[in-house]
Amino acid sequence: MRKWKNNARLTLSYTLLLLISVVAIYPALWVVLSSLRPGGSLYSEHFWPRQFTLVHYAELFTSKAYLYGTWYLNTLKIAVVTMILSTILVTLSMYALSRFRFRGRKTALTVMLVLGMFPSFMSLIAIYIILLQLNLLDTHMALILVYSAGAALGGFIVKGFFDTIPRSLDEAARIDGASHLQVFAKIMLPLSKPMLTYVALTSFTGVWGDFIFARLVLRTKENWTVAVGMWDLVNSLQNSNFTMFAAGSVLIAIPITLLFIFLQRFLVQGLTSGASKG
Amino acid sequence: MKQHRTIAVLLSIVLQGLGQIYNRQWLKGILFMMIEVAGFIYIAPRLGGAIWGLVTLGEKTQKFVKVGKVAQMVKGDHSIFLILDGLIILFLVFVLLGVYVWNIGDAYQSGKLRDEKKPVRTFRQSYEHATTFYFPYFMLALPALGVLFFTIMPIVFTVMLAFTNYSAPDHIPPAKLVDWVGFKTFADLVKMKSWSHTFVGVLIWTIIWAVLATVTTYFGGILVALLIEQKGIRFKKLWRTIFIIPYAIPQLISLLVMKNLFNGQFGPINQYLGYFGLGGLPWLTDPFWAKVTVITVNMWIGIPVSMVLILGILTSIPRDLYEAADVDGASTLQKFRIITMPFILFSTMPILIMQFAGNINNFNVIFLLTGGNPAKGDYQFAGATDLLITWLYKLTLDNNKYNVASAVGIIIFLIVAIFSIWNFRRSKSFKEEDMIQ
Repeated sequence: MRKWKNNARLTLSYTLLLLISVVAIYPALWVVLSSLRPGGSLYSEHFWPRQFTLVHYAELFTSKAYLYGTWYLNTLKIAVVTMILSTILVTLSMYALSRFRFRGRKTALTVMLVLGMFPSFMSLIAIYIILLQLNLLDTHMALILVYSAGAALGGFIVKGFFDTIPRSLDEAARIDGASHLQVFAKIMLPLSKPMLTYVALTSFTGVWGDFIFARLVLRTKENWTVAVGMWDLVNSLQNSNFTMFAAGSVLIAIPITLLFIFLQRFLVQGLTSGASKG
Repeated sequence: MKQHRTIAVLLSIVLQGLGQIYNRQWLKGILFMMIEVAGFIYIAPRLGGAIWGLVTLGEKTQKFVKVGKVAQMVKGDHSIFLILDGLIILFLVFVLLGVYVWNIGDAYQSGKLRDEKKPVRTFRQSYEHATTFYFPYFMLALPALGVLFFTIMPIVFTVMLAFTNYSAPDHIPPAKLVDWVGFKTFADLVKMKSWSHTFVGVLIWTIIWAVLATVTTYFGGILVALLIEQKGIRFKKLWRTIFIIPYAIPQLISLLVMKNLFNGQFGPINQYLGYFGLGGLPWLTDPFWAKVTVITVNMWIGIPVSMVLILGILTSIPRDLYEAADVDGASTLQKFRIITMPFILFSTMPILIMQFAGNINNFNVIFLLTGGNPAKGDYQFAGATDLLITWLYKLTLDNNKYNVASAVGIIIFLIVAIFSIWNFRRSKSFKEEDMIQ
């Protein structure tokens, strides 16, 4: 009786797990298959295409209307620079906030909290006008500047992580004559690899996903990022060109998804260390 | 003897850096002076205009003036630029005042050293002293400047807009001027029938959405995590990796893909329903079904995150609790209710509340999926699935109702702030962060 019950439980569980797996994978699989299907329409008789073609991928890079290759390189450039800048800014500032007790520290923490509560693009109009006056509209510089400038505000998770590294480590190093920067570079950084990965990855992928701000700033087609381009593609297509959109999506999703899966361990650590500290 | 410090402070008050020079800190003094001179040259001619602009918001509009035979356009005052320019100048003054206060304090410290017959620091020593004792300030200076000019100032600017009448069609510069109107925008939002109807409707849906979106993803995550962690389930790592996929795919892509999946005419979901002999559903075009769709899609995106979180917490529950429960003869359900659930709730409460606050501002899911549509005839510029935040976006970018948009933004801020403050009050980690060491 007990054994029977156990088997029933396991069967039910496996069925559920399989079902959820199908739901989790299906959209991704559908896009990949669509990108390999001949023709351009969204509608197709069969889930599994009768023949496969790579023509849509080629089209992405040869099309005159969609400068996908240029967009891709643009995004890559912006994402890499933003990732480097914001990782440096976030870790340095959160190191200071976590390790030192100085006047204004509580204020700084409170300001970070309060600013995080404003809807992010409440500042949209103002930033637009500032960029207009700095003559930075329609440049990638503007995007990098704004993404990195706000980076420190999202640093609570990083601070929480630094808080958990025992302070005795850096005190010992200080006694041995290391400067603060040396302590940071030689002790804190090696210990915070999971956190650095988390910050770098989230700021990197953030750029690929942001289209609100990119759409506001980037005016000419040659300067667009993939996010703006894909958004435009979806909005202008009416059941045509869907396969091309699918191909573009696959090319964006593959590297980022792979990064996520490979760095999963770090991500989980990053998420949960933020969790226990709130 | 307090001579040196008094003289140094007085000199530094008169001219920034003079006190340092009096203390024979030449390089430092010259640097301070250069900052003041540069600041003065930039700000002095602009300060009056900045204050005038902020107070009046401009006095003349642009107009055509006859010069000989051709009409020429004479530029008027642009109220919005005036506000922003004024703010930038005020912020610069603020930064320079900070340097000024620092300069006086520094002169006092060095003067004190001299009074005590100790040598003052050389420039090199000052540098080393600063990087040792003021290290955190150095680390924070650059990010703080970035935040000041690209976050705080824009927010102050936008908050100010809520108290003006900057909106289409009557008050858009440069053709027209903008004026301060006090709390009128807020009053309109609550009292004027057309606005208040939209505002209340959108607000209620925003709250329903935030509750449902948070609860479904949270409990969905718990269920999936428990399912994987059950005794006897094999390939745990494989399941976990599969379920993490929706989280790994960039949101922008997965949402745009979903939009096509749920397409009422050509989308595969309706196609499959057709195979079962069922009629297709208006997933994105019917007010009710559009709401169902956004919640469902949000589950697909959000459950993996909760799952990852809760899997981490499940492993941290002490085994002996369960063993003790086994000895007492507790059933699986009882163990879940008395041990697992309280443990999960306790450690994820702060995140749960922050997720709720985050969902109030969940722009992407709504905007990319339905764009806030289907449109509602009796709403002002909003649709059935519009949240406050997407409504704000539409008000700003599509309809130029900047003052209403800013007011809505302030209201969103207030709602989120209440939850966040309550959260931090009750979570001990903020207060007792030093206890972890």
